[in-house]
Amino acid sequence: METLTALFTFWHEQAGKLGEQTVQHIGLTAGSLLLGVLLGVPLGLFLSRRPRWAPAVLGVAGVLQTVPSIALLGFLIPVLGIGPKPAIFALFLYSLLPIIRNTLAGIRGVPPAVVEAARGLGLTDGQVLRRVELPLALPVLMAGIRTATVINVGVATLAAYVAAGGLGEFIFGGIALNNPVMILAGALPAAALALAFDALLGGVQKLSTARLGQVGAALLVALPLLGGLYLLPRATGKLLAGFSPEFVGRADGLPGLTKSYGLTHLPSVVLAPALVYEAARNANVDVIDGYSTDGRIRAYGLRVLRDNRRVFPPYYAVPVVRPALLREHPELGAVLAKLDNQISDSVMTDLNYRADYLHQDPKAIAEAFLRRRGMWTAPRPTVAGASVVKLGSKIFAEQYILAELYASLIRGNTDLAVETKTGLGGTTICFEALRSGAIDMYPEYTGTGLLVLLQPRPAVVDSLGGRPAAVLSYVRAEFRRRFGLEWLAPLGFNNTYALLMRGQQAQELGIMSVSDLSGYLQK
Amino acid sequence: MPQIPPPVIQVSHLRKAFGAHAVVQDVSFAVAAGETLVLLGPSGCGKTTLLKMLNRLIEPDGGRIEINGQDVLSQRPEVLRRGIGYVIQQVGLLPHYTVAENVAVVPRLLGHAPAAIVARTKALLTRLHLPAARYAGQYPHQLSGGQQQRVGLARALAADPPIILLDEPFGALDPVTRASIRHEFRELEELRSKTMVLVTHDVTEAFELADRIMLLDAGQIQQLGTPRELLFRPANDFVRRFFAAERLALQLRTLTLGDVFEANEAEGPKAAFRAGTTVHEALEALTGPAAAAAPFTVAQLMAGFGEALQREEDAWKR
Repeated sequence: METLTALFTFWHEQAGKLGEQTVQHIGLTAGSLLLGVLLGVPLGLFLSRRPRWAPAVLGVAGVLQTVPSIALLGFLIPVLGIGPKPAIFALFLYSLLPIIRNTLAGIRGVPPAVVEAARGLGLTDGQVLRRVELPLALPVLMAGIRTATVINVGVATLAAYVAAGGLGEFIFGGIALNNPVMILAGALPAAALALAFDALLGGVQKLSTARLGQVGAALLVALPLLGGLYLLPRATGKLLAGFSPEFVGRADGLPGLTKSYGLTHLPSVVLAPALVYEAARNANVDVIDGYSTDGRIRAYGLRVLRDNRRVFPPYYAVPVVRPALLREHPELGAVLAKLDNQISDSVMTDLNYRADYLHQDPKAIAEAFLRRRGMWTAPRPTVAGASVVKLGSKIFAEQYILAELYASLIRGNTDLAVETKTGLGGTTICFEALRSGAIDMYPEYTGTGLLVLLQPRPAVVDSLGGRPAAVLSYVRAEFRRRFGLEWLAPLGFNNTYALLMRGQQAQELGIMSVSDLSGYLQK
Repeated sequence: MPQIPPPVIQVSHLRKAFGAHAVVQDVSFAVAAGETLVLLGPSGCGKTTLLKMLNRLIEPDGGRIEINGQDVLSQRPEVLRRGIGYVIQQVGLLPHYTVAENVAVVPRLLGHAPAAIVARTKALLTRLHLPAARYAGQYPHQLSGGQQQRVGLARALAADPPIILLDEPFGALDPVTRASIRHEFRELEELRSKTMVLVTHDVTEAFELADRIMLLDAGQIQQLGTPRELLFRPANDFVRRFFAAERLALQLRTLTLGDVFEANEAEGPKAAFRAGTTVHEALEALTGPAAAAAPFTVAQLMAGFGEALQREEDAWKR
């Protein structure tokens, strides 16, 4: 009941967006379907005349059908970029198989005697096709179009991943935010659309052959019109933003930004987190959300806009350790402290760039960094029976590099042995491993500790106000109290949300901070 | 000199092979105006292929077909077909067309006036015992098999083509319907003047409908002649064996009172018995519940029939 109320509230608040997304969704479905019919029906007819080709063509269409939709979009993006083009093309490919197959099946289902009689009476080949075969194949053909339509309404939700809009925007936002109401807000209209189209075409299918022909013709007129819905002019502005679904939905993401900076006049599209950087690089969009230490910032020449009003929560990286480790090996304290405040945002970005784009080994990256900083010491010879420090890391490059940094320092400066347990999946797995003693330490982020692991009441979060020092002292105190775990000193960088622009464009427009951006947009 | 009308269909040295299998081998024949030629033979003898080559549903590999003196290959196939009625075993009515629309297909293709088409459809349906008021608006699936075949026949006749090709037209019907529709077919005024080529594997049907029969086997003509010639003057052993099972029935249907009795003896008091009446018909008339008065008894008839048979045998052996 509560969910239902929340759902209606959500729809009410987002009515404009809901309408726009529904129209886009119908547009995407109809546009792709039109292409599917325009190619699929003639292809099906061709195969009915040249059955030798049928297995090959149906095989290819069948293989296309089995490619997971996300993967298919992934393949198409390098060729077609982001936006409606890859979405419509992918949907078109999915609609091909049912349309070709049913066209062929429909034509093959026409009794041979009827065709023979028609030819014997003196109908030309074209007349046999138009007056006999097509009308009689139409019910089966329409069933194929119906199948394709329902498939496309469903798959069109994925269009939200490539900035093509549609009802998937709510769904993926909801998934990213673990917000069931938001998921339903997109999923229910999508399901309703699918059912409505299914019922409509199901009704059409039951019509007599003569009526079916008229409806089929009407459909051919209606599809481009519906597809054209997608082309309705949308809000435009000086810059276009491309945001990941999570960023659009979460309070400390776009909504917070809009509130604090008055960031209006910034039309945005939603796309998959993995694609936002590419979209900015290819100038499909101008402003994106990202993480402030991502290697792609350097690789693609992007610029992080300074969050001068501190809307994004601080995510400073800090090693979290079991206090027993430092008690048993006091010499470790000084060794671990060597990295305190040594790694700035740009340094971490550079290290990530080496891992993600130059594909260097995290261990090599770590060693090279220590050498540059004069902290490198060759590993001491292993001592038999030395106790082992177990280092953990989450499953992404930044964490691997940090774990290797600590491993090198410990090996070079103590007699302790090191075991790295990298790639421990997500936050919870690392945290539980640390609590249970499976690992002795791993790098965590203050924001994650606060919002994911401690999950304090919103009032508490508000009171901290996003001040880095306040957040750190809060998580440090609470971890000590609740889990008996120790947060050491920050490494220096803040891997938080960031607004990014292409460096060159930012330079030209004189935009260095989010305030600059807001000012530019309102000029 | 009496003028002999040129043949309507003239076929010479026709050949057709599907892959390595020769289906029709060097077949030549002619069909005169108003004649009914029956193509008869076992399954796979090439009779249907031969028929379909006449309206170019199958294109021959070699040879020549002339219809009304014109090479069929010189005409567009669909134009050729619109001038030739075509009836097939499975009828092949267009299931999404009404009975009237089915009948009107060819006249519409030929651009006849709509009013004329309606009148013609109505007249034809009525003549085929399918009153237009009741059946014109029905769809094929609402009709019985016999009714469907009548519509098929009406459709073939709609544009009044001088030639009709029929491919086992009664083959899919049950024996009773089949006999009655065949009877109607024979009596149909529309068909009297038509040149017809009919394919069947039913010997009785062939004897009942044919002016001449072409018996085919393995794509070759075994014999082409009147039913009587095929029955009493078989050209080879195949022809003889082909009729073996039904020989007596065929003989009864072939020999007439004129063959059995001396000319004046056969003429009875009633029109039921004339020189052209077959022995089978005479026998039916004599033995029915309302037996007609005849100038001969069953015994005399059968004795005469036996003698006539003997005469035919002797004549052939000589």
